[in-house]
Amino acid sequence: METAQKLNDTAQTNPAARMAQEPETMNQRIPYPERTIGKPLCDDPKMSMRNVDVFYGDSQAIYGVDLDIGKNEVIALIGPSGCGKSTFLRCLNRMNDTIDICKVKGSFMLEQDNIYDPKLDVVELRARVGMVFQKPNPFPKSIYENVAYGPRLHGLANKKFELDEIVENSLRKAGLWDEVKDRLDQPGTGLSGGQQQRLCIARSIAVSPEVVLMDEPCSALDPIATAKIEELIDELSGQYTIAIVTHSMQQAARVSQRTAYFHLGRLIEVNDTNTVFTAPEHALTEAYITGRFG
Amino acid sequence: MQAGNLVLLLIALGAVFYFFGWRRSYAVSAPLGGVRHLHSLPGYYASLAAVWCVLPALALLGLWLIIDDTVIRTNLMASLPSAIQPANEVDYNLLLNQIRNVAGGALNPAFVPAEVVAAAEQLAAMQARNQQMMSIAFVSIAVLGGVWGWSRVQPRLRARQQVESVMKWMLMGSATVAILTTLGIVLSVLFESIRFFQKVSPMEFLFGLQWSPQIALRADQVGATGAFGAVPLFAGTLLISFIAMCVAVPVGLMSAIYLAEYAHRNVRAWAKPILEILAGVPTVVYGFFAALTVAPAIRGFGESMGLTVASESALAAGLVMGIMIIPFISSLADDVITAVPRAMRDGSLALGATQSETIKRVVIPAALPGIMGGILLAVSRAIGETMIVVMAAGLAANLTANPLEAVTTITVQIVTLLVGDQEFDSAKTLAAFALGLMLFIVTLGLNVIALKIVKKYREQYE
Repeated sequence: METAQKLNDTAQTNPAARMAQEPETMNQRIPYPERTIGKPLCDDPKMSMRNVDVFYGDSQAIYGVDLDIGKNEVIALIGPSGCGKSTFLRCLNRMNDTIDICKVKGSFMLEQDNIYDPKLDVVELRARVGMVFQKPNPFPKSIYENVAYGPRLHGLANKKFELDEIVENSLRKAGLWDEVKDRLDQPGTGLSGGQQQRLCIARSIAVSPEVVLMDEPCSALDPIATAKIEELIDELSGQYTIAIVTHSMQQAARVSQRTAYFHLGRLIEVNDTNTVFTAPEHALTEAYITGRFG
Repeated sequence: MQAGNLVLLLIALGAVFYFFGWRRSYAVSAPLGGVRHLHSLPGYYASLAAVWCVLPALALLGLWLIIDDTVIRTNLMASLPSAIQPANEVDYNLLLNQIRNVAGGALNPAFVPAEVVAAAEQLAAMQARNQQMMSIAFVSIAVLGGVWGWSRVQPRLRARQQVESVMKWMLMGSATVAILTTLGIVLSVLFESIRFFQKVSPMEFLFGLQWSPQIALRADQVGATGAFGAVPLFAGTLLISFIAMCVAVPVGLMSAIYLAEYAHRNVRAWAKPILEILAGVPTVVYGFFAALTVAPAIRGFGESMGLTVASESALAAGLVMGIMIIPFISSLADDVITAVPRAMRDGSLALGATQSETIKRVVIPAALPGIMGGILLAVSRAIGETMIVVMAAGLAANLTANPLEAVTTITVQIVTLLVGDQEFDSAKTLAAFALGLMLFIVTLGLNVIALKIVKKYREQYE
């Protein structure tokens, strides 16, 4: 705390000095905690990760992270750019498999199943752990086909009316039904950015996943569209387990029950969202949430 | 001096004025305290001086070369004694050629009247004087221009902007040359075709089923009345192009998918260039490959199956042409497949699709317009391809859909119509231009459609 205060003083008197010193001071003056501070584990975890190390080629992106994600909770992963939060998120449904140089170590459990078990069907895993990306990425197909894509793949509907039902339900859950019900046959790419992102959420919940991973879902959207997505996350919590990576601390505070703070590949602090934002225990967490870097 | 030597001299003069311009820009900047007080860098002043030297002189040379022949000819013919004044245009040209040939030493003066020899001597003298005057005018314009450009070097001169606009005009000029050339070719083909259609009706040409472009050279010649129905040629062209596309589209597309989606980076690094080497093989090499290797192999195989196969078959030409076209399709398809954003693939994979499902349901549909554009470009290439079909497809204009028979194509017929000694006003020769026009219209149409499709596709993600 004291170091952070000093840092703050220098910063106020001399902005240029602050710019120059900041990265060093961040790394050197505030030591990392021995173990993650707060409550990284929970009693009834949906997913539990232990000793996670991730490497891109020779450089290590994540160092020994232990974290549980509770059943039907919304957990926010926050931290400065390049801290490994997106990398960590992408490990949870093995999207990192598509990157050749990425190596993942540690144990990842989805309830009783080991995610990185070679015998595990990654296709089935991704049906259970859905993902929403930073930029809305609807397929260049109709709105209906976008939502029906997953159910068709997994044979969730045998008849046309069953599929119609799944599409309608998913769009309703994503709060998009009323806006698009008259133009389901029009291309999904023709929607506005916020609508596209809600379409992507509808698309991922159409396969009834247990966990939904969201990688900065609002970073490409305007404030009104963002508010709608946040509302939607709020409504979905309780039915789905949601892990959301965000750069907006207000967003983390609004939508999540627990917050995990990552710093340069290390998980510094995990606590109830309220605690993290009102009484952070570690100096790095405090420095970040008070906006001193990030 | 010859025009070529004059241009060489001009380059040297330009270099000299570049140097002087450079020197002068330093000289005028010295009292101001260095080149940074000039409006532009010394290189721009120097370039401007060189430009003033070179461009006006080149313009003069061009104009001179365009008009000098006409001027000399008119003067010469007007000065001829009335005894040999030509009566009509044919005589005029004949006489002119005689005079020229005598002057050029190609015709022995002993064989022509004395007036013609005199005229030839006069022509030689006029040409020599013309050369002389041209050289003097050229060099003086170059030097004057250079001096003018050199004298304009002043600190306030906006040389940088002026060089910029000269560059712009030069680039525009190059583009204009390309466009005008295209226009010229199209118009000449068009006019010759119109002459053809005055002899043979367009209906007969477009819908006639008989192609036999032999015209009687003598009035009493038997069995050579000529038939200009181009349908067998269109059919042959389409048949061979169809066979070629049947080979090229599946192979090209699948190799593109493999290279873009599955191949490891290292494999891609050497496989893609090798595939593109196929596009660099000269078509004449494909041609003899088709004629000497593939066609006999197909005939041998066909005979062993009890089929009659012509030794020059549409199948052989089509297969080899298909191989030639593979790289066009694969590299275009590879480009559009790689252009499908990674986010699309991620979105599909994250929904639990396998890689092949992702390719089938998301990547290919998204890339389809671009792939179609590539295929259309390949079709227009196949229709216009000449060398392979000349060597492997044969000359017989059969109207058939059987790929084992010999057929002929538009391009092959154009070649055979124009090879050898021809009269350029017979329907036989002019037919080549009409065929060329058809070919041009079809390939232009295909290219326009293909480019439209590709462009529309590009806008989708941007």
